[in-house]
Amino acid sequence: MTDPIAPPPKKDPQAVTLRPELPPVQRSRAALKLTAAASRGGFALQVCDACGTVSYPARDACAKCLSTALTVKPVPPGGEVIAETTIRTSTDLYFRQRMPWRVGMVRLDAGPSLVVHLHGDVAVPGRVRMIHKLDKGGNAVLMALPEGRSAHMEDDPEYRELTASPKHRRILVTAGRGAVGQAVAQALLKAGAAHVFVGVAEPWKPFAGQEALANTPGIEVVPLDLTDTRSVAELAASIGGKTDILVNTAEHVRPGGAMDGGMIAAQDAFAVNVFGLQRLAQAFGPAMRGRGADGVNSAAAFVDVLPVSALAANPAFALHSATAAARLSLLQSLRAELRPGGVRVMSVFTGPVDDAWREHVPPPKVAPAQIARAVVTALAEGIEDSFVGDVAKDVAARFYDDPKVTEREMSQ
Amino acid sequence: MPPALMKRPRAPYRDIAVAVPVSLPYVRYSIDSAHWWIARALKALCDGAGIVPADVDGLSVSSFTLFPDSAVGLTQHLGLTPRWLDNIPMGGASAVVALRRAARAVEAGDATIVACIGADANQVDSFRKLLSSFSRFAQDASYPYGYGGPNGSFALLSDHYMRTTGTTREDFGKICVSQRDNALTYPQAIMKKPLTMEAYMNARPIADPIHLFDCVMPCAGAEAFLVTSLDVARDLGLPHAQLTGAIERHNAFPDDPIQMRGGWEMDIDELYGMAGTTPDGIDVLETYDDYPVIVMMQLEDLGFCPKGAAKDFVRAHDLTSAGDFPHNTSGGQLSAGQAGAAGGYLGLVEGLRQVTGQSLSRQVPGAKRALVSGFGMINYDRGLCTSAAILEGPGPQEGAGT
Amino acid sequence: MSTDLNGAGVLSALAGALAGGGVEIVDLSHVLSPEIPVMVLPPEFGQCQPVRIEEVSRYDARGPAWYWNTITLSEHAGTHFDAPAHWVTGRHLAQGTVDDLPLDHLVAPAVVLDFSAEAAADEDFILTRAHLEDWEAANGKIDPGCWVLFRTDWAQHVTTPKYLNLREDGPHSPGPDASAIEFLVHERGILGFGTETIGTDAGQGSHLSPPYPAHSILHGNGRYGLQCLAGLDRLPARGAILFAAPLKIRDGSGSPLRVLALVPGKGSAA
Repeated sequence: MTDPIAPPPKKDPQAVTLRPELPPVQRSRAALKLTAAASRGGFALQVCDACGTVSYPARDACAKCLSTALTVKPVPPGGEVIAETTIRTSTDLYFRQRMPWRVGMVRLDAGPSLVVHLHGDVAVPGRVRMIHKLDKGGNAVLMALPEGRSAHMEDDPEYRELTASPKHRRILVTAGRGAVGQAVAQALLKAGAAHVFVGVAEPWKPFAGQEALANTPGIEVVPLDLTDTRSVAELAASIGGKTDILVNTAEHVRPGGAMDGGMIAAQDAFAVNVFGLQRLAQAFGPAMRGRGADGVNSAAAFVDVLPVSALAANPAFALHSATAAARLSLLQSLRAELRPGGVRVMSVFTGPVDDAWREHVPPPKVAPAQIARAVVTALAEGIEDSFVGDVAKDVAARFYDDPKVTEREMSQ
Repeated sequence: MPPALMKRPRAPYRDIAVAVPVSLPYVRYSIDSAHWWIARALKALCDGAGIVPADVDGLSVSSFTLFPDSAVGLTQHLGLTPRWLDNIPMGGASAVVALRRAARAVEAGDATIVACIGADANQVDSFRKLLSSFSRFAQDASYPYGYGGPNGSFALLSDHYMRTTGTTREDFGKICVSQRDNALTYPQAIMKKPLTMEAYMNARPIADPIHLFDCVMPCAGAEAFLVTSLDVARDLGLPHAQLTGAIERHNAFPDDPIQMRGGWEMDIDELYGMAGTTPDGIDVLETYDDYPVIVMMQLEDLGFCPKGAAKDFVRAHDLTSAGDFPHNTSGGQLSAGQAGAAGGYLGLVEGLRQVTGQSLSRQVPGAKRALVSGFGMINYDRGLCTSAAILEGPGPQEGAGT
Repeated sequence: MSTDLNGAGVLSALAGALAGGGVEIVDLSHVLSPEIPVMVLPPEFGQCQPVRIEEVSRYDARGPAWYWNTITLSEHAGTHFDAPAHWVTGRHLAQGTVDDLPLDHLVAPAVVLDFSAEAAADEDFILTRAHLEDWEAANGKIDPGCWVLFRTDWAQHVTTPKYLNLREDGPHSPGPDASAIEFLVHERGILGFGTETIGTDAGQGSHLSPPYPAHSILHGNGRYGLQCLAGLDRLPARGAILFAAPLKIRDGSGSPLRVLALVPGKGSAA
């Protein structure tokens, strides 16, 4: 049974902070397709279109029939672990920092044999449930879990490496004036966060939910205006060294097409949605990247909650969609920049939020509590791209099928 | 199956001589390159045969550390103009495969004298760098899991083998302790201290169940031999052995969930048939021994005992070169050291010495027929290449020539 | 002091008084910073861009020997000037934008109406004609062509929630009604009206008649507004001279500015 992780002691100011190292990062293009699937959660492997054989490791041709039509799709995750080892020495710097490391060989019910990270609660030989997660280097890796749930199983050290669990971590939620930010902050606290900082811009303006934030133990309201570089820098100077997870919930949304509305609203939208994200990246990113291996409460994730119109524009919210696309692009670069620190960049794509600005948008809409649950799940399960609500899931499905068709569908 | 697709048996080897066993003393770390080691091995082959490099018209090279060169670059680097050239990247299976192919070239008249060389450099940190670019499947699907390298892969195989056969660490230990005993008689062995069963059992764990003395010591070095026809060997006055059988096989039994056997099992009957012998006719066995578990599998797959019964075989025999089942008589890689691809050559060169009475280690009395097997390339979860050869020589009494 | 009242003499005397402390300079401006609140309009309308300061370089790789910023802000952010063209009532007036103001309007005397006690007692205090008549009875008649500065001590609330005092029914802060502004514009001929609050109108000024009476009447009659003033507590009721020159923005509706007041000091007059 997994020992629950105890809250970490206060940092020893004389101890050298471990330099973040990454597990081996090189992958073939075929293997990166598994990474793409794992980034969205779920367990998927290559399946031969011609003969149905499940392949692993990732190949460019089926070893049974030589078809080159291999498609990554979900496969049953059950299997049998038939061998194990505990590796105690390695020449790899990442694993040296984390020895010993339990590894197993699993015969998947669907066919192939898998070298896997082996959860501490798995008995050998025995049945296992496979998961596909991203490791600290951002690549898909396999882990075998017990078939059922075991106590504190998420605290297994190898499993925790594959997630950005909020447990015992200190988290900044950037936009406390909004219902989404408030719901996210409360949900993270319930999920075991050690402390939640909630940024509030323009403190001279009252807002709904202000009292609840101020009166929740574990939540601390801090001044933060994403449109003001100095404000972001000053907060980072204050708490940047202990921000383990950052969740950006800021959103500026106004309806209107590309030909409507003038430049001020457009500038405001970019100021919050895009440049705000960039200010956070510049102010908090470097310290987070440096603390990716800083123990139980190492820096773990930079999460952005963004509209799914990042994938394909909603012409009724043209500027809003444009900022979302810019935001998505920025996140992709940021993901590459934070990867050397083992800090994940997670995108939580949402459908239309149920708020006053989108009152005229037909349902289904997304409640702040749904987004909060998705953020907690993304962190706890290490999901890089998650989609909240039916609209976001629908747009994503269409987009991954054909972006150009999706563009037309979004304008109908 | 239509007759055209029926597998036809391998033609036997005729009149192939193997001569001039060369083992350059290994060093743990060396600043010298693979090219340097190969050049010295080639020089030793020529000196040993009394020929000049221009007489070598075939070259077969195995080396992990030659990059960015291959055998091609070596011809210009070393001033050779061979009419037959081979580059064999099969790790522990390389020596037998090199021998097999060189033999076919000599039989066909494509070459007269082939120099077969396995050599590798070992600089500080070069093992780590070598691992990181070993294979695509390893890069994608085994190194990201604890990065145990071969230790991690063989730990899984060992764990499974022990679970399914009831083999114990002591059984593995007997192989390692016996080989150390042999190594103490081989002046060029890297390991020079006796190994007791107690020390074996108490060694520090590396990747359970593998402990320190289950692992080879990576080092730098070279091994080499010449392949030619019997008449040329006789004309040159070279002590030599005759190749009477050889097999190779790759990616055998791909549907086995985990490696329990190697490709030898597919070809062993043909091997003994070509050589006109049986396991009982083998005087010296040189197996590939990067870990004791693979020795166990070879004892089974090469027909010395039933599948899963190697532990009983090991318990019942004395595996030292003074014992009733002489095995890895120079100490094997476990005690002599593993000089990269030269590790695949160690057993062949040692077997050649034993059956030609040129042993540098304790000579096995009456050793006339050696079985040498190779195993190489953990591409992902298992070794893909297997090979084996039988060499027959005059034995220690007669000394030179047949 | 010289009794020669030609221009050179006046300036010479002023220079002497400034040097000797006989005339002092009072800064009536807040620091221009992102923290200073700006007016909040219903969200469907365009918004007042707040003050933003982006560093271009600060003796670093972006400029090794120099420091400078790029600032962005609304014409109506921080201590600022409202020109007649700011309001729809003044849109057709000549010289209604900041680049076209008569220069002699930029330096003018000021009177200060101290209603700080009333504002402290009532955040929605409304200044009426009656208040002005009472004030004149005590302090004398307001001169034509002068700035009338409405002191509420609201400047002390700047950067706090009390400054806008936003509630669900809108902001709450003191300001004038139509009777007061009609009186000042039509019966006294003032140059403009200045406040410490975020606008020349009361927080609840949209509910007066006409809505936003100060903006509507002042600008409809070519008069000016000054907002977000500070330091009014350091001015005498009469006798200060105000330097209030907005930036020369093409067709500008207003401008952030540095407002300075000359006041009699305790030092030497010459």
